[in-house]
Amino acid sequence: MSARRSPYRIRPGQILAHLVLLFLAFLFLFPFYVLLVTSVRTPQELFTPDFHWLPVEFTGLKYYIQSVTQSPVLTFMKNGVVVCAGILIVQLLTAIPCAYALAKYEFRGRDLLFATVLFCLTVPIQAPALPLYLGLNAMGALDSYFAMMAPFFLSVFAIFLFRQTFKSYPDEIIQAARLDGMSESAILWTIVVPASLPAIAAFAVFSVTAHWNDLYWPLIVVRSNELMTPPLGLAYFTDVESGENYGALMATAAILTAPLMLGFLMAQRHFIRGITTMGLK
Amino acid sequence: MSAAVEITAIEKRYGDTVSLRSASLSVRPGEFMTLVGPSGCGKSTLLRIIAGLAPQTSGEIAIGGEPVDHLPPKARDVAMVFQSYALYPHMTVAENIATPLRMRELPRGARLPLLGRLWPGVGERRARIRAAVTRAAEMVEIDGLLARRPATLSGGQRQRVALARAIVRHPRVFLMDEPLSNLDARLRVAMRGEITALHQKLGATFIYVTHDQVEAMTMSSRVAVMMDGGIVQCASPAELYADPRDLRVARFIGSPEINVLSVDALIAANAGFAPLAAEWKGAAHAAFRPEALRLVSDGPGLAIACRVERVEGLGHETLVFLRTEVGGHPLTARLQAGAFALFSGDSAVARLSPDDVLLFDGAGQRLDRRHVTPTGGYAHG
Repeated sequence: MSARRSPYRIRPGQILAHLVLLFLAFLFLFPFYVLLVTSVRTPQELFTPDFHWLPVEFTGLKYYIQSVTQSPVLTFMKNGVVVCAGILIVQLLTAIPCAYALAKYEFRGRDLLFATVLFCLTVPIQAPALPLYLGLNAMGALDSYFAMMAPFFLSVFAIFLFRQTFKSYPDEIIQAARLDGMSESAILWTIVVPASLPAIAAFAVFSVTAHWNDLYWPLIVVRSNELMTPPLGLAYFTDVESGENYGALMATAAILTAPLMLGFLMAQRHFIRGITTMGLK
Repeated sequence: MSAAVEITAIEKRYGDTVSLRSASLSVRPGEFMTLVGPSGCGKSTLLRIIAGLAPQTSGEIAIGGEPVDHLPPKARDVAMVFQSYALYPHMTVAENIATPLRMRELPRGARLPLLGRLWPGVGERRARIRAAVTRAAEMVEIDGLLARRPATLSGGQRQRVALARAIVRHPRVFLMDEPLSNLDARLRVAMRGEITALHQKLGATFIYVTHDQVEAMTMSSRVAVMMDGGIVQCASPAELYADPRDLRVARFIGSPEINVLSVDALIAANAGFAPLAAEWKGAAHAAFRPEALRLVSDGPGLAIACRVERVEGLGHETLVFLRTEVGGHPLTARLQAGAFALFSGDSAVARLSPDDVLLFDGAGQRLDRRHVTPTGGYAHG
């Protein structure tokens, strides 16, 4: 019997590939699934020897309500938003002009500057942490939004990323804009930047994810409860109040990860396009 | 409104490589001047220097009698059409065309996105810009496309938008950098005619860069041929064809290419032919156009014995590719269709009048009359 040659015929190799992918997807999603399940069942179920896919005793939104009303989860989120937005805005305002200059202008020392940018990509935040801490302390700026944001205002990664994007922007359009009478900053912000939105969206996702989830730096510079960002708040409240109440803890964690999830889903199309057009992974 | 463009001893160097060496040219007001030359000859660089988009290493540019070397591109009152069209991809056609006017006529605040619409006191100017955009669009017949974005247009339509964006503010000088080379052959012929018509309608000075000698010959009032970073000859198309001052110009202009033989070969085949003065000692080339050759067995003029290699019938004319019997040099003859019966392998005699022979010295410079004997040197026998 001859096999029908349909373009949709599934080959064994494809099946295998998908099995591998499904297994990996399961591996990555399983902890998150446990988090969600635990947030809607009694904490005792977590310690029973047999595993249940669904809650034995469904508690509904009880722990979510508990989390919102009894812990400052909304404050954590507000702090997260303030810090992430502040960092992202200043990063874009500084990195875009830097990247444009490195990509499109000829000036002495440009290659050296760019080499410095590349070099800085390799320096982790932990390396300059102590000097930064001392500096902020000397300024009396510790325990503030500013202290949480300041070290990240200048993103060499953003400069690098945008420089690569801008470099591929056609010179002739920039020259046409010069002849049309646009100033250099108008060319950058109204001509080049709109065309680079995919790259900017991709960077925004990187930046927001990194700083929303950052535990290290807020842990060092922030002490007040009302300034804590989501991961720090979560860590803090694990110890102090809801030590036993895993339901409420998981509900809080779910609430705190939700904005990122939603944001990523919305920006996903741009994000993927940005990554693929830049050939970066 | 048009202006003269005076280009004086422009030089451009990138490190050690010289891209322009002492290029000088005067373009008269309202003239259609074409810069033509093979790729890499520096013609686009020269155009960008005129526009102010690239600085020259030395030399001077004056537009309308005023030096403009210190002025940025926007202050030079020139418009440019680019090979890639260089349209703003995120703007509609109307916004693209309006941009040069908006930049000049509207105050900074009124140009802000969204907020700018609320800017007071510019309503009349906005209306004027809209009217100018419509007029420019009608001129190049794209008034039906004003709301579209460049990505949805064909190559020819994009080219028209780029033209409209250039004409909308009535600059004194138009610079065009190979504007037709991204179009297909049929469209290129049509646009050639339209750009010429546009030049006549606007009366502005056009400086047009191309590597296509057909564009140069058909569109221009004068053509400047550029080679190796210099302007070799600047003349009307007809003069360039009939009276090239340099062998490279003679070779570049005209298709099929001009025939070139050493003068010695021509003399050897024609006893008594003495085109050069007796005191001339160097090597020399004789060049003649394919249409100067006749393939007849007897008649007046110089004779070259050849063998037919290939015959190409083009309908209205026929090209015959020959090889000389002595030396095996290739020659091309352009003949009226049907005027002969020849096949490859046949032997033939190519005849030409001594008056059609152009003489060049060993370095390719055209030889002046004083090196050439007054009668053309052919002893009628």
